[in-house]
Amino acid sequence: MHSVLGDRKSVAILLGPALLVYSLIMLVPMLWSLGYTFFTGSVISGFTWAGTANFSKLFDDPALPDALWFTVKYAVVITVGQVLVGYLLALLYVYFLRRAGSVIRTLVFFPVVLPTVAVALLFQKFFEYAPQTGPVNAVIEAFGGTGVDWFSTPGHAFLVVALMDIWRSMGFYAVLLYAGLLDIPDEMMEAASMDGAGTWRQIRSIVLPLSLPVLVSSLVFSINGTLKAFDSIYALTGGGPGSATTPLTLYMYQTSFAYGDYGYGSTIALTLTMLCLLVTIFIFRGTRRDLAQG
Amino acid sequence: MASHFKPKHLMAAAGAVALVLSTAACGGSSDSGSTTAKNFSFLAINENTTIAKTLTTLSQKECATQNTAQPLEIKNQAQASLDQQLQLLAGQGALPQLFTAANAPSLTSQLADNGTVLDAAAVSESVLPAASSTIKSLYDGKQLVLPTELNIEGIWYNKKLLTDNGITTVPSTWEDLVAAFAKLQGAGVQPISQAGKGGDGWGVTRWVGNYILRQQGPDALKKVADGSAKLTDPQYVAAADAIAALGKAGYFGKSPTSIDYATALNTFLTGKAAFIYMGSWALSDFNDETKNKIGVDNVGFLKFPTVAGGVGTADQMPANVGTAVAISKKAYEGDANTQAWVKCIVDNYGTVALRDSSQITGFTTDSAVEVPALTKEIQTEIGNVQSSVLWFEGYFSAKATTVSQSNGGLLGSGQLTGEKFMQTVTANLG
Repeated sequence: MHSVLGDRKSVAILLGPALLVYSLIMLVPMLWSLGYTFFTGSVISGFTWAGTANFSKLFDDPALPDALWFTVKYAVVITVGQVLVGYLLALLYVYFLRRAGSVIRTLVFFPVVLPTVAVALLFQKFFEYAPQTGPVNAVIEAFGGTGVDWFSTPGHAFLVVALMDIWRSMGFYAVLLYAGLLDIPDEMMEAASMDGAGTWRQIRSIVLPLSLPVLVSSLVFSINGTLKAFDSIYALTGGGPGSATTPLTLYMYQTSFAYGDYGYGSTIALTLTMLCLLVTIFIFRGTRRDLAQG
Repeated sequence: MASHFKPKHLMAAAGAVALVLSTAACGGSSDSGSTTAKNFSFLAINENTTIAKTLTTLSQKECATQNTAQPLEIKNQAQASLDQQLQLLAGQGALPQLFTAANAPSLTSQLADNGTVLDAAAVSESVLPAASSTIKSLYDGKQLVLPTELNIEGIWYNKKLLTDNGITTVPSTWEDLVAAFAKLQGAGVQPISQAGKGGDGWGVTRWVGNYILRQQGPDALKKVADGSAKLTDPQYVAAADAIAALGKAGYFGKSPTSIDYATALNTFLTGKAAFIYMGSWALSDFNDETKNKIGVDNVGFLKFPTVAGGVGTADQMPANVGTAVAISKKAYEGDANTQAWVKCIVDNYGTVALRDSSQITGFTTDSAVEVPALTKEIQTEIGNVQSSVLWFEGYFSAKATTVSQSNGGLLGSGQLTGEKFMQTVTANLG
């Protein structure tokens, strides 16, 4: 093995094609997009040199802080929601549903494999206010409440988006964390139990510390996905009402492809990249400290 | 076995794969780009079925010969994402021969400026002068689209609902109209049916635009485009506030932000609302018994009324060519089959659309075609138009158009003040 990997030609032959494809479909468009940040226009109108105008525009654009704030708010809420609910489900699988666990696991995992657009349409119908009354409003009205126009106010629309995305992905995080929890030796739990530790104490002092690495991995997965969220929001609210649920990804897409301003769209993409980079650095620094302590 | 896989072979194989991939990537353009396209492609919008229906009829009858040489192929697109689809296709050089013109006229002009859209003046011998002049006023003197519609817009009403609720005189002023809304609302009847979901918010912004034109005269929106006035000026904000007040009072229904175009039209045609602002393109729906449950004789047309103290008049009619179609220059030039198809459309579309769908177009028609009474009435109205005006977003960029229309629903539900709406649109005018 060493003789093969020590041979430069072999390494080049093994890595070359993958590197070439990766460069062509990932690095080249990224660098291309970076280049666009110094231009204005589109493939239709043509491109003109804009210098740093697109970067100045970032600070003057009233829609950008809103989109940035929504992206951060969405990422934090959904990440916490997905991982927390996933963790609770995993605890449920391991400690309370040992026998029926596989059936429940399958049912909870089911939304993960459903197409995003189908789930979005399902939630649109669930929370419909007009012209028909959806099941959620029907239940509210049955209990004497007043139906809520879920998609017409920013707060309510965000709530539905959050509920949908947490419901859609909690099964995935539950399975991921379940795998982590299975690694905790039963003997340790039994010993704690014999020493008189209650369920809560066992979770706090044994389960939580021992499952911390897989929890951190889940957080990294989740935050990476939620910062780049596009399809679920686009299909559910289209970024509305107005632009109240428009994240940076959707704003970037609209700017580039609907408004025909590739330069500014690329600058928004760069902003998102910087945000992802900051979050990644923050997470990995935190993780390294944990490992060092461990 | 392994000895056969020498680096040279692998490099050659990788090169071959790269060549195949690059050929596939470069060859992704549709057949429309070649000189002899296999099909005659048309990009339609979901919200307008008349054009596709008329073209299909033409392909079977009047243009059957052209269809044999180049069979008609229709693809559909949601109107809200039409502009971005056109930009993507144009960027790839893959526009079909015929496509629905962009929502934002500025985009069609841009496509013409870079040589993508054909100036249809040379193929428009059967286009009516009125349609030609409307198109030219929209596209800086160029005739960039074929007028598959020639519309006037106004407020359509359910005659029976009005008389049943004691409104015996059709309102002719804004004040009378608002009083009628209040009366209907009081009687438990939804006064106006209007879409406000996502990009369908144009239904509400049309009210804003017309109020501005009635209050300040037909040049009011042109002044904004010229920079001599701003939408945030008090008189413009007052117009948006007047519409926001209708929304706050619930006159646009339970939740305009949840209603799309088809639902809004259906609400009116099933007698659940008394008024709807709409263009005469909807005549095909009004004349369709399967859709119109209130009866075509029960539908009345009202010009957008005058506003007290305003300088605009009800005769200044919102007119447009509605959903028009544009021709890809690249696909048209050098393809004799496509040219024959376009000529056949120009020669026959007007008659077939009027005969089969009661659709008034900007093409000349066969005078022998018999049309329903409502269509006849609107034809007369169109013939009487002396001065036409554009819609609210007529002079806006693609971005401002999208922002305006996607915020229209919020204005119609009273959640957005006139001032906030105008500020949002102004920030995106560019």
